[in-house]
Amino acid sequence: MTINTRNVAMFATMAALLLFVGIFQSWTLSLTILNLCLISAIMALGVNIQWGYAGLLNVGVMGFAALGGVAAVLVSAPPVNKAWAAGGTGIALSALCLLVTVALVTLVYYRTRGLSRIMLITLISIAGYFITRIFFDPAVSAIEKVDSALTGYLGGLGLPIVLAWAVGGVLAAGAAWIVGKITLGLRSDYLAIATLGISEIIVAMLKNEDWLTRGVKNVTGLPRPVPYEVDLQQSAAVQAWADSLGMPIIDLTSIIVKLSYAGLFTLVLLIVLFLSERALNSPWGRMMRAIRDNEVSAEAMGKDVKGRHLQVFILGSAVIGIAGAMLVTLDSQFTPASYQPLRFTFLIWVMVIVGGSGNNWGAVLGGVLIWFLWVEAEPLGTWLMDVLTAGMADDSPLRAHLIDSAAHMRLMVMGLILILVLRFAPQGLIPERR
Amino acid sequence: MDFLNAITLLGNFVIVPGAAYGCQLALGALGVTLIYAILRFSNFAHGETMAIGTMSCILFTWLLQSWGVSFGPLPTALLALPVGIAATIALLLATDRLVYRFHRKKKSTPVIFLIASLGVMFFYNGIVRFIIGPDDRIFTDGERFLLSAAEFRAATGLQQVMVIKMTQAITVVVTVICVAALFWFLNRTRTGKSMRAFSDNRDLALLSGINPDRVVIVAWILAAALATIAGTLYGLDKSFKPFTYLQLLLPIFASAIVGGIGSPVGAIAGGFIIAFSEVFLTFAYKQFIGYLVPEAWAPEGLVQFLSTEYKFAISFAILVIVLLVRPTGIFRGQSV
Repeated sequence: MTINTRNVAMFATMAALLLFVGIFQSWTLSLTILNLCLISAIMALGVNIQWGYAGLLNVGVMGFAALGGVAAVLVSAPPVNKAWAAGGTGIALSALCLLVTVALVTLVYYRTRGLSRIMLITLISIAGYFITRIFFDPAVSAIEKVDSALTGYLGGLGLPIVLAWAVGGVLAAGAAWIVGKITLGLRSDYLAIATLGISEIIVAMLKNEDWLTRGVKNVTGLPRPVPYEVDLQQSAAVQAWADSLGMPIIDLTSIIVKLSYAGLFTLVLLIVLFLSERALNSPWGRMMRAIRDNEVSAEAMGKDVKGRHLQVFILGSAVIGIAGAMLVTLDSQFTPASYQPLRFTFLIWVMVIVGGSGNNWGAVLGGVLIWFLWVEAEPLGTWLMDVLTAGMADDSPLRAHLIDSAAHMRLMVMGLILILVLRFAPQGLIPERR
Repeated sequence: MDFLNAITLLGNFVIVPGAAYGCQLALGALGVTLIYAILRFSNFAHGETMAIGTMSCILFTWLLQSWGVSFGPLPTALLALPVGIAATIALLLATDRLVYRFHRKKKSTPVIFLIASLGVMFFYNGIVRFIIGPDDRIFTDGERFLLSAAEFRAATGLQQVMVIKMTQAITVVVTVICVAALFWFLNRTRTGKSMRAFSDNRDLALLSGINPDRVVIVAWILAAALATIAGTLYGLDKSFKPFTYLQLLLPIFASAIVGGIGSPVGAIAGGFIIAFSEVFLTFAYKQFIGYLVPEAWAPEGLVQFLSTEYKFAISFAILVIVLLVRPTGIFRGQSV
């Protein structure tokens, strides 16, 4: 790619902003923002693959990110052997029943036609549902009874959490395959609504299937891929380093930990970015853009539009799943209630549109910029309200309300940014290369 | 007697709440479908429009209450409705002027409209939380029950009772009035007919001298009124919480699509299909079956198909089935 001074300047500005936060607020805050910026950039890359390359409207980013988070729990949490003994067989049997049902439905779907097909499929689905429940319900209550204050779920595999990043991608890709099979090929709005639906369902499941994810009781204390602050503080080398820098050791260790996360995330971001760039500039990428710009003529050229759409939808969702798993890794905890559509779906969309749809660097810039604004809008909003209402009496209820509500200003700011960019710079900050 | 008890039980927990919820969904879906028919995009800001309409109603209700005005046995919010509707109309027309008109002129694709509506959704959401906050607000006043448990028991002597909340009765009555007025408008008035013509065939409508700007304005006015009424009825019946209105978006879209997007009759049918499927499938049938079968056969579990947390899954499943079997919806709405 050619080096474009304008783009370099924009990335440099972002780096300067983060440095500014580091100097004037605190380095820990600056690095916290940076880590989430990196994850947001990866999520934005995923959405950009779907929307920018192929024009697919995925409004279910939250669901795929949450599936990535589940992967982190399932891979890294320590297994709960008592729960496996209590309900493992039941869960396995019900999974088997579910598989048999799905296999039968598929068989009937391909072997029969017309009314008998509908009747048989309905019958098999209902029967399969109840037979599955026969095994499932007792197993679930047995598992949830096992030491429910601490575990009450099956636990994970106890493997290193970095593996979960790949597993998260696979889980999200699987969900994307199902959604894509059903809704791709229908009009674009339907894909949007279907993805909105599937994401709500995924999050509802994570909140309520306690046997799998502990539900709203949250899974905390997931293992980390980086050292713990406490261990670092014991190390003589770090202590000597802190002394020579003249910095409290607690601050130094927290910065080291955050920097190691940032290193890992940057590595993933660079890999995803490299692959996306290669894909976009390959014959495959040109075909995707041809399909996006004119489906009919692409189809006339013999391109399998539906198949390619499914492919790109799965790829994008996998990237979102990876980012979702990374987010849970960063927090070391899985909290299903934190998955809010505004934060996890629509904010990512603002990132992609603002950054520049169709351009990977744009998506990265958008991810970093919008996350920065999202975090910093809160103190800025409070400050602004403070200044604006400075003339009012201190005990004025209106003033108190305005200052209290300043945090919600950022929603308005995001909406405004999206609308303004669509109107005045529909190409985004870094336009797609033509 | 047991049979009557069973029917009453079902009526109390399924039929009455389902009918009220169906009305609320139908009104919401009508707004979505009207915007789709005229402007050809799925308006993701509709849930938030409902929230804003409800908020304006609540604020005016509080003002009325502080003046000591009340509506007798009916909730004061009904008196505040016209003001709420007016505020929402003003807001939507301003939004159209500032956001959507530009994209209409530019002939942007429906997807761009949709993304613009996401921006509008964010903005509205911010306004609601900024003004009234993210917490639960209960603004129902007046009589609580049209038919209370004590009255029903005195009249019938059944073990089970049938309770009709005032808000449920109001929901149904208001919906019937609104739908009747809307259909009268669409089928009998000149403006309504021009709207249908515009929705059926835009080029022909333009050719026959229909003013597109006027049609769009009327569509937004209708959508604002429907959204405010639907939102306020939902808020009266349950409670007002900004977050729930965002979540209503899915069942509302499902209703509109199941019925056939762009078709008003379809939106109403879709609303009731979704609402009744939700309550029927999340109802625990344990007691109901207990009344109908001999004691020895009574089931042990709750006999619930799905727990209430999964009601989204029901809207979604119905949506998917309809999309697979009949992509244009039951009443053959617009597609492609």
